[in-house]
Amino acid sequence: MKKFVIGAIAAATTAMSPIGAMAQTEIQFWHAFTGRLGELVAAQVDQFNGSQSDYTVVASHKGNYSETLNAGIAAFRAGEQPHVLMVFEVGTATMMAAGGAIKPVYEVMAESGAAFDSDAYIGAVKGYYTTTDGQMLSLPFNSSTPVLWVNRDAMEAAGVDPDTDLSTWQNVDAVLEQLKAGGEDCPLVTAWQSWIHLENFSAYHDVPFATKDNGFAGLDTELALNGEAQVAHLTKMGEWAKDGEFIYTGRRNEGGANFRAGECALFTESSAGYAGIKAEAEFAFDVRPLPYWEGVGNAPQNTIIGGASLWVMQGHEAEEYKGVGEFLSFLSSTPVQAQWHQDTGYLPITVAAGDATKEAGFYDENPGTDVAVIQMTAKEPTANSKGLRLGSFDQIRGIIDEELEGIWAGDKTAQEAMDSAKERGDALLRRFEQANK
Amino acid sequence: MEKRVTFRGWLLPLCLIAPQVIISAVFFFYPAGQAIWQSLFIPDPFGLSMQYVGLGNFEYLLSDKFYRASFVTTGVFSILVTLVSMIPALFLAVMADRLIKGAGVYRTLLIWPYAVAPAVAGVLWLFMFNTRVGVVSWYLGNLGYDWNHVLNGNEAMGLVVVASAWGRISYNFLFFFAALQAVPRSVIEAAAIDGARFWRRFFTIVLPLLSPTTFFLLVVNVVYSFFETFGVIHTITSGGPQQSTTILVYKVFADGFVGQDLGSSSAQSVILLIVVGLLTVLQFKFVEKRVHY
Repeated sequence: MKKFVIGAIAAATTAMSPIGAMAQTEIQFWHAFTGRLGELVAAQVDQFNGSQSDYTVVASHKGNYSETLNAGIAAFRAGEQPHVLMVFEVGTATMMAAGGAIKPVYEVMAESGAAFDSDAYIGAVKGYYTTTDGQMLSLPFNSSTPVLWVNRDAMEAAGVDPDTDLSTWQNVDAVLEQLKAGGEDCPLVTAWQSWIHLENFSAYHDVPFATKDNGFAGLDTELALNGEAQVAHLTKMGEWAKDGEFIYTGRRNEGGANFRAGECALFTESSAGYAGIKAEAEFAFDVRPLPYWEGVGNAPQNTIIGGASLWVMQGHEAEEYKGVGEFLSFLSSTPVQAQWHQDTGYLPITVAAGDATKEAGFYDENPGTDVAVIQMTAKEPTANSKGLRLGSFDQIRGIIDEELEGIWAGDKTAQEAMDSAKERGDALLRRFEQANK
Repeated sequence: MEKRVTFRGWLLPLCLIAPQVIISAVFFFYPAGQAIWQSLFIPDPFGLSMQYVGLGNFEYLLSDKFYRASFVTTGVFSILVTLVSMIPALFLAVMADRLIKGAGVYRTLLIWPYAVAPAVAGVLWLFMFNTRVGVVSWYLGNLGYDWNHVLNGNEAMGLVVVASAWGRISYNFLFFFAALQAVPRSVIEAAAIDGARFWRRFFTIVLPLLSPTTFFLLVVNVVYSFFETFGVIHTITSGGPQQSTTILVYKVFADGFVGQDLGSSSAQSVILLIVVGLLTVLQFKFVEKRVHY
């Protein structure tokens, strides 16, 4: 009996493994995507696996962004790390500081001999993930940037011309008042408040979010988010919150549900909200560039990205790294990138993918889908708008969220809240500096 | 006289207690020891290097006014959860104990919520009180009350307390109900003959006789509110708004798994261990004196 069971198991496992699998090198890829995005990633992986016979990429979903990063870290500590790990932009500094745990992408590409031209990538996207001397550390995967979504029907219902110029916060301020007066209960709502109204706000106005080039130039960086420009903007938003012109719905993208249901007139959210809004909105909507304060800083500079990049982990065989190189090269290829950009609303990571999308007439058929691309690439990034590289940044965002809630609730002035955020955030930055000495 | 079993050799008794000792060692002493060890360092997330800082992590924590405030939040939260989960449970148990018909159905229905995992309970309550689509917040809105736990710290605290206590009511109910069945009928009947009414009988006879159970539940519920409510907080408020629902155990998670600051996280675990140890000692020292077995 025992022999029979063992035999049966052996037979079953043999039957289940695909023929020739032994010859293929397996590459583990851990990502954080579910739903539609998960399906699209699976399709990319299948396409790669079908396109060659030397390597098999095995994609596994490991939870949300934070959970995926934690899974990668825990796996590394246990010596079980994947080859490729998806890490959100907030975790960039954590990964960069872990020199012994990661293998920079430029190194992987050089060793593997796969096609790779770091100049092909869009500067504003790639800048977030390169060293100060331009070496690419991780491969940008999904990147988006905040834009302004407009519910045209709600504008009209409140008696406001939906084509009103909303390019500056000065104009938006006036429109919010009209919307409120016109009976709109939810004139403005936002997602990802720290990312949009502080991080991107600072880059867009070319003012520092943190010292040392937003952390690019050293771990001894300090937050600078309590500057004049940021405080003035948050003070104004606090007034809007008090007057019921800005409705706070939560720290993440909770406001998206309100906007998609047609309950709100204006919505500041990632350009990647496109797929969801297009699928659900039963009203006419517009995508507009993120507003800026006329006359503050050098606005409009460029906005920065959010999203994730792919990190290659240390501790694998040269042959496997060769496969990783091939896979990353495949992901950056123009048709794959252009398709990804059009399917998801994420930015194309290469200039060629953007051009291909334009030539295919996608932007003409889907007006507004190029707003994010233009907004990010119109100007060459400055030291203030290249991105952010701060340790413990996920937690610092939590602190910023808490302090912003103090403003919206009317418990604190914008200056008090941001001074406190700086003090608390700096303490975390110092600990990060100490941990990564 | 006490009954004792005496073993002739050492081997058999050692074997008999070995499973318990091994389980405690593997799942408690080893991790607790690791936490104490790690609390003396600032490690990097990947475990590539460690900086010895002595008691630096504790110094860093205790000088943080938000961490100190978290003790108060935890105190308020635990007291509320314990009260909200025990008082209704006792009331329901007393009522169920009086039932003659349908007691079985009633009992079974009351036990159900205990089967719901804290994180799921959190999501359920979050849906009911969602500021946009929540049923309860909609009714409150009709009554003219603008429910907004996203910005109002007291409402957020109320919501996490109710969501944490809800499933616990079932657990407590079960114990109270069993204890009530054990109260001798003759004592109650004697009191009834002497003219004591229901509530009088309850407060002078039943409640004191329930005290061992009440004490046990007090300890268990305090420990529950300290450690196991994490899922509820995580799903409903993530510790917000501002820091109004950041209890100690949530901060351990946030610093360790969001901030990857394992040194601070370990130090917090050690502090939490000491706090709960002290609380339990205090409970046994002072409250237990009033318990009649």
